[in-house]
Amino acid sequence: MGYLAKFRVWRGDNEGGGLQDYAVEVNEGEVVLDIVHRLQATQTPDLAVRWNCKAGKCGSCSAEVNGRPRLMCMTRMSTFTEDEVITVTPMRTFPVIRDLVTDVSYNYEKARMVPSFAPPADLEPGDYRMAQIDVERSQEFRKCIECFLCNNTCHAVRDHEENKTSFSGPRFLMRIAELDMHPLDTVDRRQVAVEEHGIGYCNITKCCTDVCPEHIAITDNAIIPLKERVADKKYDPLFSIASLFRRNKDDRTAPPAAKV
Amino acid sequence: MSEIERHTYDVVVIGAGGAGLRAAIEARSNGKRTAIVCKSLFGKAHTVMAEGGIAAAMGNVNPHDNWQVHFRDTMRGGKFLNSWRMAELHAKEAPQRVWELETYGALFDRTPEGKISQRNFGGHEYPRLAHVGDRTGLELIRTLQQKIVSLQQEDFRNTGDYESYIKVFAECTITRLLTDDSGAIAGAFGYFRETGDFVTFEAPAVVLATGGIGKSFKVTSNSWEYTGDGHALAMRAGGTTLNMEFIQFHPTGMVWPPSVKGILVTESVRGDGGVLTNSEGTRFMFNYIPDVFKDKYATTPEEADRWYADPDNNRRPPELLPRDEVARAINSEVKAGRGTPNGGVYLDVSKRLPADVIRKKLPSMWHQFKELADVDITAQAMEVGPTCHYVMGGVEVDPDSGSAKVPGLFAAGEVSGGMHGSNRLGGNSLSDLLVFGRRAGLGASEYVDAMGDRRPKVTESMLVDAEAEALVPFTTDGGENPYSIHAELQQTMNDLVGIIRTESEMVDALEKLAAFRERVTRVSVVGGRAFNPGWHLALDLKNIIMVSECVAKSALERQESRGGHTRDDFPTLDPNWRKVNVVCRIDGDSVAIKQQPIIAMRPDLLGLFDVEELKKYLTAPELPNAELPNAELPNADLGKGDL
Amino acid sequence: MATTGIEAPGRAQIGAKTLRTDRWWITPLVTFIALSGFLVYSTWRVLSNQYYFYEPYISVYYSPCLSNTCVPGSGFANTPISWWSLSPALLTAWIPLAFRFTCYYYRKSYYRAFWMSPPACAVAEPHGKYTGERRLPLIFNNVHRYAFYLGLLLNVVLTWDAIIAFRNHDGQWGHMGLGTLLLVANAACLWMYSLSCHSCRNAVGGRITHFSKHPVRYQMWTFVSKLNKKHMQWAWISLGTVVLADFYVYLLASGRVTDITFF
Repeated sequence: MGYLAKFRVWRGDNEGGGLQDYAVEVNEGEVVLDIVHRLQATQTPDLAVRWNCKAGKCGSCSAEVNGRPRLMCMTRMSTFTEDEVITVTPMRTFPVIRDLVTDVSYNYEKARMVPSFAPPADLEPGDYRMAQIDVERSQEFRKCIECFLCNNTCHAVRDHEENKTSFSGPRFLMRIAELDMHPLDTVDRRQVAVEEHGIGYCNITKCCTDVCPEHIAITDNAIIPLKERVADKKYDPLFSIASLFRRNKDDRTAPPAAKV
Repeated sequence: MSEIERHTYDVVVIGAGGAGLRAAIEARSNGKRTAIVCKSLFGKAHTVMAEGGIAAAMGNVNPHDNWQVHFRDTMRGGKFLNSWRMAELHAKEAPQRVWELETYGALFDRTPEGKISQRNFGGHEYPRLAHVGDRTGLELIRTLQQKIVSLQQEDFRNTGDYESYIKVFAECTITRLLTDDSGAIAGAFGYFRETGDFVTFEAPAVVLATGGIGKSFKVTSNSWEYTGDGHALAMRAGGTTLNMEFIQFHPTGMVWPPSVKGILVTESVRGDGGVLTNSEGTRFMFNYIPDVFKDKYATTPEEADRWYADPDNNRRPPELLPRDEVARAINSEVKAGRGTPNGGVYLDVSKRLPADVIRKKLPSMWHQFKELADVDITAQAMEVGPTCHYVMGGVEVDPDSGSAKVPGLFAAGEVSGGMHGSNRLGGNSLSDLLVFGRRAGLGASEYVDAMGDRRPKVTESMLVDAEAEALVPFTTDGGENPYSIHAELQQTMNDLVGIIRTESEMVDALEKLAAFRERVTRVSVVGGRAFNPGWHLALDLKNIIMVSECVAKSALERQESRGGHTRDDFPTLDPNWRKVNVVCRIDGDSVAIKQQPIIAMRPDLLGLFDVEELKKYLTAPELPNAELPNAELPNADLGKGDL
Repeated sequence: MATTGIEAPGRAQIGAKTLRTDRWWITPLVTFIALSGFLVYSTWRVLSNQYYFYEPYISVYYSPCLSNTCVPGSGFANTPISWWSLSPALLTAWIPLAFRFTCYYYRKSYYRAFWMSPPACAVAEPHGKYTGERRLPLIFNNVHRYAFYLGLLLNVVLTWDAIIAFRNHDGQWGHMGLGTLLLVANAACLWMYSLSCHSCRNAVGGRITHFSKHPVRYQMWTFVSKLNKKHMQWAWISLGTVVLADFYVYLLASGRVTDITFF
């Protein structure tokens, strides 16, 4: 039943490192994370890896398995042949800390730049009324477990370090879309989406959607609709003229500005 | 001693799950500079695993629901051992805490009128659980995380610094609470997982929100973080824990494949028609209906099958007995050699419902089994078995402020004890986090306000001690591997202090735990201090062992069966044991326990129950308008177990 | 080679542009070949200025035929344009080209297959710099909706072409040939491709925040969302029907085959 698998695991830190070969026992029903744990327990106690829930719900064990961005806990060993060499590396878009652990602070910094949910000032807790069909779109995006595999895969930052300052990646464009579709939000984030989060960098090559372990249609349901909404405001003169004559005006406000 | 990074805060919150984040929000809202310290990345806390929902008597689906009904349900669920004051506050305040989440941006599923939808759950009289599909915990954690971010943005607009009031110290483990000569909290000491560098927080108030102790057991639904850190930190600082013998084993966790052993299979599978069978194909639950439930549960498969379509004229299938009953039944079947090859029983929903209905009603279960086990539950049976899920016991706190027995120390969430008594109802945990997280944050703020400028000081010698303690595993050469000690300990607890307990096994377990305690002083780790999981486990092991000893000793002490504590040698509930909590405190290297009387319930709360019902739980003198007892009462030899 | 990307300082030093072991290059290669083939074929047909009309069928590239140089019988609305001397297809064929060029699906495919930006997921791209769709000319992709509106007009014309294809070579109703079938299929597929478009999805309802206040638009949005999931399939299918329908007209008009008639 069990067999010895050939694993190549990247070991090292931000000063250097390389792929190291291991032969490690694999039993039926296991996933890549189990094998990494077995390496820890039997061969390399200091092998650094992040993990929490082991059930694809927390988004901690993001890495690249045979070059593909994956959650290690959701990558079953049965998808590989017994003689296949399985290469495990850290995510290649973020600075490495040690072994399979990367510094994902880029994502937290970008999260902090998205103007937060702003309900109507006079709406009391308990008085919120929203229709199910109005919350469903944003609910899909709220399935996100923040594994950051989408941001890791997006070539706009993966292949271009310098774009990290001006582009927030699919995760946070989706967050903006989520708030833009929230039925009780009062802020218009479209300008911010262009100027601070760089939605124009996205060339919709859909790798974010491909790697999403939650199967969120990031590109089709979040980023493209947001691009269209941005176009409504920014690139569509007819739409601007038409909106002058509209009964229900878009009365959303700009995000609050710093006082100091 | 090396140079140690130092920070000064008003309040330090340890743990960034639901309770910790809610406490931090409250402390910051009261103008306190607050640090959030968490072992994992921000937003990864175990709260994300909660599926069912948040229990709050909002009455959106059934207008008859109110806090009194919720209070009654909670007390019944906990078999009246709950801190009634906590249960009262919880039932009263949960709706406000849920509504508040909406102001932070949470998007719950809705009723047709646009209110928050509420679902039925075991033990709750009315539909009460606010939910988002089966990912309510994720919604809760993300909402609170985003609220913290929005407060940071507000602080940025006012001060130019996002972190002027709240800063998150992610992947940072606290190894010790620092107390001054008077015993009051002066701060906390820990290390950053990434670098291995030490850090000191100077703060007069610390809120513990570290969650549970699941990693003491082999089969658990809990993540690696659940090593009982908060319990151990509190006890080492002079605090106490109570009710540690009460551990909830969820009857249906996955047993195969090994990678997901323990991961939950939601109760709804049984609610929607899932049937439990043993390796002989027998639907065994019919053999395990306790006498008290005889009139409420079907005795034949035919009647049970009819219940799904016609619940008014048939009795419920025995698969829907309370969690503890089902867990014990599965345990017995496996012990009797009628288990599956992987040590569980079969749970099959495929024969009852068409494939597309299963996929619609149980989407996440379908995915979970498809993606993790390659089992198609629309065609195949699941293999399930009991899994350690939740610890009812925890740090002894004041119900109103969350303050522990150490000045300046507060606790909320799973790490605190009392609220759930001997058994927790599904859905009451997320509301617990919010209600008592807020109260602990408020309690800490008020404590800091009252203290003025007379803050306890962190001294160099405290740090020297703490650093030396944390580095011990590096100074031992050729010692034991922490992973193997941990694996042995988990096996011991699972086998000897698991679902069914007997005196001899627990005595055996305590001897083994003493040996582990001794062995753990000799573990050694290889490699450096930067992100070294071996070292991290070596340090966590001390906490795991300490809480395991509390569990075993408390369980040995309590000579009855109640909720999450089942004694083979004392199989029934004994009202005399309801009058006491078993309290655990540190005693030299080990821990010691004592019995502590429970304060009698306020008469107005007692009045919410029928006297007939109270008779099941209370001794005759405790009953309202009780006459003097003349019947002979069961004698539990109270007091014998004192220190 | 990009030195700022996966080889940037601080990142794990791995070296390989990708560690993928699957044949990731197949999809971009096939896309490249298919789209190139289509472009070559279309260019040839648009510039050839002949064999585009065989009563009652007109090639999609040449409809509506607006110049008075159009071959007799193929003209549309009395051929209002008299000053045009090049191929009349050039007057209109840019519309579907613009629609497809700015289409969210085709953007994905040509960015991957032609620009290799990126060639496939988690495969390093060969460019040192990347600015996305923020500058000229790619910023024009943001006005996909105008190409969509024009494309809808064109679809109306092509639908009319399909209807009149039920007349026979001599202009009498009650005919159906293989050409009729192809024109109908082509018009239908073009409608499906257009209606499944992301801009369409935004326009019919996607831009609304409160669906509950606009039940009809919500239904339209739900319908378009369903089509939208198959947008890629419709993009390819309609590409195929365009070529097929045109090529059949070419064969008929150049006298290489005679129309297969069903009735």
